[in-house]
Amino acid sequence: MTSAAITGADAGVMEPARPGKLEWRREDTTLTVSAGGGWTFDHLPHLDRRQAEILNLATDMRGGTVLIGLGGITAMDTSGAWLLHRLQSRLTALGVRVEMPIGDERHRALLAEVQRVAFDVPTEPALPGGLIRLVNELGKGAIDAVVEGARLLSFFGWTVLTLIRSLVSPGRLRLTSLTHHLEQTCLHALPIVGLIAFLIGVVMAYQGADQLRRFGAEIFTVDLVGVSVLREIGILLTAIVVAGRSGSAFTAEIGAMAVNQEIDAIKTLGLDVVEVLVLPRMLALMIALPLLAFFADILGLFGGGLMAWVVLDITPGQFLNQLDDAIEPATFWVGIIKAPVFAFLIALVGCYQGLLVSGSADSVGRNTTASVVISIFLVIVFDALFSILFSALGV
Amino acid sequence: MDEGTAIRIRGLCTQFGAQRVHDDLDLDVRRGEILGVVGGSGTGKSVLLRQMLGLMRPAAGQIEVLGYDLAHMGRNAWKSLRARQGVLFQDGALFSSLTVAQNVQAPMRERQPLSPDLLRDLAALKIALAGLPPHACDKYPSELSGGMRKRAGLARALALDPDILFLDEPTAGLDPIGAADFDRLIRGLQQSLGLTVVMVTHDLDSLAAICDRIAALVDKRATVGTLEQLRAADDPWLKTYFSGPRGRAALAGDAMSKPLMDGRV
Repeated sequence: MTSAAITGADAGVMEPARPGKLEWRREDTTLTVSAGGGWTFDHLPHLDRRQAEILNLATDMRGGTVLIGLGGITAMDTSGAWLLHRLQSRLTALGVRVEMPIGDERHRALLAEVQRVAFDVPTEPALPGGLIRLVNELGKGAIDAVVEGARLLSFFGWTVLTLIRSLVSPGRLRLTSLTHHLEQTCLHALPIVGLIAFLIGVVMAYQGADQLRRFGAEIFTVDLVGVSVLREIGILLTAIVVAGRSGSAFTAEIGAMAVNQEIDAIKTLGLDVVEVLVLPRMLALMIALPLLAFFADILGLFGGGLMAWVVLDITPGQFLNQLDDAIEPATFWVGIIKAPVFAFLIALVGCYQGLLVSGSADSVGRNTTASVVISIFLVIVFDALFSILFSALGV
Repeated sequence: MDEGTAIRIRGLCTQFGAQRVHDDLDLDVRRGEILGVVGGSGTGKSVLLRQMLGLMRPAAGQIEVLGYDLAHMGRNAWKSLRARQGVLFQDGALFSSLTVAQNVQAPMRERQPLSPDLLRDLAALKIALAGLPPHACDKYPSELSGGMRKRAGLARALALDPDILFLDEPTAGLDPIGAADFDRLIRGLQQSLGLTVVMVTHDLDSLAAICDRIAALVDKRATVGTLEQLRAADDPWLKTYFSGPRGRAALAGDAMSKPLMDGRV
């Protein structure tokens, strides 16, 4: 097999603009490789495959010679230069003598640059697999939850102290900011809160009427709508809408300020972050939420009344009479008393998550999501606690 | 447009409300040069850069980049032009949810499918070319210093071996040593990769050390020339700019550092 020649002709790739080519011819211990065409990023996968074939061929060529001719290369970029450099060093590693005369001045500069930065490719950090990772994540999540809870509690303390301080000296309250947030959280929320409450009133009256008609107790639809809207639905829905609307806005606003280093600026100016950013939002929301809940109550009852009239022929007069029998002032107050507490929770979580934002825009998004999820969760938990409390009190 | 011109701007006008920023501005960027763009605040340096990148349309005038007329381009033309230009934004503008290596790979993946090994090697190459240590590959942008973020941004800008590199204040926020290193890096890459570089900068040291020509935005137009020509110009703003204490210091420093710049980086 001394004179047998193994050749590899390059079929090339069907791509526009001179594709990169790598051809070879082997005679005994000498491998003549000719590179041609565009040695650029676009032809990289093809050239990479051809190169692997050459390396395969050269494995048994220890002590032999590889001649690499670059004459045919029409274009070269750093990727191409790196590929040539890699071919050269891999062949050398196989114990082959490599000769690669470079004619073109630009190619020489590129190859020199790639050689100069001779870099290591760091191995990608491996992720622990399956069960270990699960346990890992679980433990981390549990510890994080506890730490987060403790931090939120300490933020709660800080906020309450500042709140008391500014109630003692009301001159410290920032009225302009308070009014602005009142407009944002209350006035602008009216349409959506009203619409949702109205629709829920309609749905409850309709569903209630359907069920109660079987017992001939249609008239109690009014009791159903009245009690549930005033005690639970009105305030709970409003709180959830406000958590999604204003809680997230608080986090995003304060978070963007944190990214922009405005929080640091506030601190270095000797101002209290809670007093400047948190209190106006919190007080505004604590004023806004009872008002919104009241508005939701009215529209919920209106929706229920309208539906009762349409479906059950209960006239507005009858509706009001029945409503008067069904509810007492306490029913209303039980609902509305929860509003400031929910508002406090939503503002606390929203502002706290905003202050947690650090570094990147990515973190604003993450904390906004967390803010909405946590505040809705807390609102529902506290609603349950209120139910227990009220039933213990016999209200 | 002849072979030697990379970017040609003719009759460019930019208007923000009643305020006219550029008025009938002409500018040529030659192939293989480093052009520095300077100008006072509000003279529209960054606006000009955004217009050259096609991120913003001028009120009037024509911009040609590598023979493409930016006003009349289809999707495919934009795609091929984007592959031939790299941009380094002021603070790197790295994707914060991706590691440095993934940032560099992002334009590569978009261009063609590559095996993970090849992608990894190429990203490491570009990161090394930008002068970052290998361990930076798997870091997130928030874990890097300002200087390293710029280098990572440069690595991403170089991902597809562009013909033109746009730099927005590349040395702003770097310490003098870091800034000088970055200047040398840009010069070295420009020479070995044959890049055309357009850089908006306020750094008189970089202007003196690496820019072949300077375009000064004065009176809503561009005055272009070498550093010496602009220093000799009559315009009062240019005089103050180059002959103020900072200008003089930078130019004196340039005279001393010139021999150093001759060597390869």
